[in-house]
Amino acid sequence: MYEFHMPSLGADMEAGTLVEWLIKPGDEVQRGQVVAVVETQKGAVDVEIWEAGTVDKLVVVTGRKVPVGELLALLRTVGEPAAAAPETPKTPGTPHVATAPAITAAALPRAEAAAVSAVSARLRVSPSARKLAEELGVDIASVQAAEPGAVISRADVERAAQAKTLTPVAAKPAAPDWHAQMRMAIAAAMSRSKREIPHYYLATNIDVTAVSSWLETENLKRSVTERLLPVVPFMKAVALALREVPELNGFWIDGALRSSASVHLGMAIAMRGGGLVAPAIHDADRKSLDQLMADLRDLITRVRSGRLRSSEMSDPTVTFTSLGEQGVEGVFGVIYPPQVAIVGLGKITERPWVEGGAVVVRKVATATLAADHRASDGHRGGLFLAALDRLLQEPERLR
Amino acid sequence: MNAVTAPVITTTYREALRMALREALQRDPRVFLMGEDVGRYGGTYAVSKGLLEEFGEERIRDTPLSESAFVGAGIGAALNGMLPIVEVMTCNFSLLALDQILNNAATLRHMSGGQFNIPLVIRMATGAGRQLAAQHSHSFEGWYAHIPGIRVVTPATLEDARGMLWTALMDPDPVIMFENALLYNLEGELATDAGAVDIDRAAVRRPGSDLTLVTYGGSLPKTLQAAERLAAQNISAEVIDLRTLRPLDMTTVLGSLAKTHRMVIIDEGWKSGSLAAEIMARVMEQAFYELDAPIERVCSAEVPIPYARHLEQAAIPQVETILAAALRTVKQHV
Repeated sequence: MYEFHMPSLGADMEAGTLVEWLIKPGDEVQRGQVVAVVETQKGAVDVEIWEAGTVDKLVVVTGRKVPVGELLALLRTVGEPAAAAPETPKTPGTPHVATAPAITAAALPRAEAAAVSAVSARLRVSPSARKLAEELGVDIASVQAAEPGAVISRADVERAAQAKTLTPVAAKPAAPDWHAQMRMAIAAAMSRSKREIPHYYLATNIDVTAVSSWLETENLKRSVTERLLPVVPFMKAVALALREVPELNGFWIDGALRSSASVHLGMAIAMRGGGLVAPAIHDADRKSLDQLMADLRDLITRVRSGRLRSSEMSDPTVTFTSLGEQGVEGVFGVIYPPQVAIVGLGKITERPWVEGGAVVVRKVATATLAADHRASDGHRGGLFLAALDRLLQEPERLR
Repeated sequence: MNAVTAPVITTTYREALRMALREALQRDPRVFLMGEDVGRYGGTYAVSKGLLEEFGEERIRDTPLSESAFVGAGIGAALNGMLPIVEVMTCNFSLLALDQILNNAATLRHMSGGQFNIPLVIRMATGAGRQLAAQHSHSFEGWYAHIPGIRVVTPATLEDARGMLWTALMDPDPVIMFENALLYNLEGELATDAGAVDIDRAAVRRPGSDLTLVTYGGSLPKTLQAAERLAAQNISAEVIDLRTLRPLDMTTVLGSLAKTHRMVIIDEGWKSGSLAAEIMARVMEQAFYELDAPIERVCSAEVPIPYARHLEQAAIPQVETILAAALRTVKQHV
């Protein structure tokens, strides 16, 4: 029996609300099939399953907020006979929430929300402090112990309550709006990044005359709908350059770098009304420019409509951000943990450029790299930018 | 507390007990004292010294060395309308009379449908610290507190030594009074008009706000010393003397915990299955959300109490160990 659990759709996700099941018991499912829709702080996500088989049982009803890692459904894998319904397994360490009739996330009582946030590492809070926090309306997760690792005591809660009254904030709205939630998710991820990741930053100006001319020529041959966006050849070049410096492509988990053999390029895409997501374009290094363009267009459409797939949310091995359209010359990114690098590209401008002892006008863009110094050193980062430069000089080979 | 301030005398715990015995013998002709060496020898701990001469052999009765027989005789006398005070030399020896105490004294009122009650008081010495080795030094008051049908009291002050006996005699059911042998020489002031005291409630012996030290009997003076030393470190400890181990006055204990949120229990019994364990369990049941730190216990080491002085001292609660537990409770979690 294959257990289908609530996936983590990003380092900052603790729980998601199951909005819709797209399968029912008895259905055959294929690997990669979208089986459910989960509402996260970053919007609704189409969740895929990575096992083929027959749906045996849906464990969680729609409308429930479910912590990451909790069992959602059971699947009979191919060849497995239909068995008597087993005892509903529980994931160890996750709080069991009664399989009750659907309740909306907004209706979840505080205590339950606290339990959800305590999944990964239960806070050490004295019973009295917990009760006092409830009485004073202090979110226990926001209370700091006097010393690192110490138990949160009444005194800590009292301090937190005092601090709260000193900084008056508007009462929390009954139903937290979606943008605020996304802001919180970004805040959490970026704070963690700046807290935990020792960033180093490199920048280099690259002569992109060749690639720009090539793209111009190429687009002239194409119909309007088939034309490539300027960013597409850069995506390919970044993906290929990352293959040469694998320390920049992967994750930093449990104190060690796990390089990824595939390059799943997380494309930073701004959302309407604010906010940002960076879903993956899978295997960007192995895709043709046409395929990359098609994928990017599809991705942007779905970001705007709020229907991303779970693998796109959880798989990016690196992030690529291009703020060139805004006229920004260089962007020094903040790494999205547990990734170890973010590559930035500024706008393409005509600049004076010295070539063979003479000043010429060239199209130039500033490429930047922010990387995790635990995983790589500046020397390797420099090699990456050099590789990017080299690849961009031969645009016809990027196809 | 008396509103009128009576003159005080300096006396001892032992003297206070004797005053209580004398008063009881004078007040009610049904009262008599019975036990090993209570008469001619004046009591193993000299508590009843002089009483034989004063009250005669009818009322101060030396018994054979048979705890089961003379405790049983006491139960019979109580059944027949007397108010016996039976002294058992140490609580270790009381185990020989456990059948009488548990199967008869504690059950007869129940088994007779309320027809027969046993207004008996059994006094016994308890506790270690006098190098009397493993057969004379144990603390079984927690065991007795397990038994429904009897009341267990532990006088730890001169006032209680003076005042608990009469109240116990007036109780229609058996009362066992544990006198920690280290307390007999305790000196202090006692009002000349001191008399009967209640045996229902615990007492706050020292008010405080940072943590609660719960104790009884022989550990009370040590606990008060520990509280004094905590005060020198600006830690305000409230000391509760349980006084009666059955029934437990949890109202006072929980009232204090609601103020301090931290607790150390000092109990000379062994930790496993102890009275301290019972108090902890009740706090969990009744006041879990008051706790700001885990409750600590200072109990006796789980060994037969050793004879050698340094080992014996190391085996039982001491000011230092109480202090250390209190500091852990307060500091680790601040």
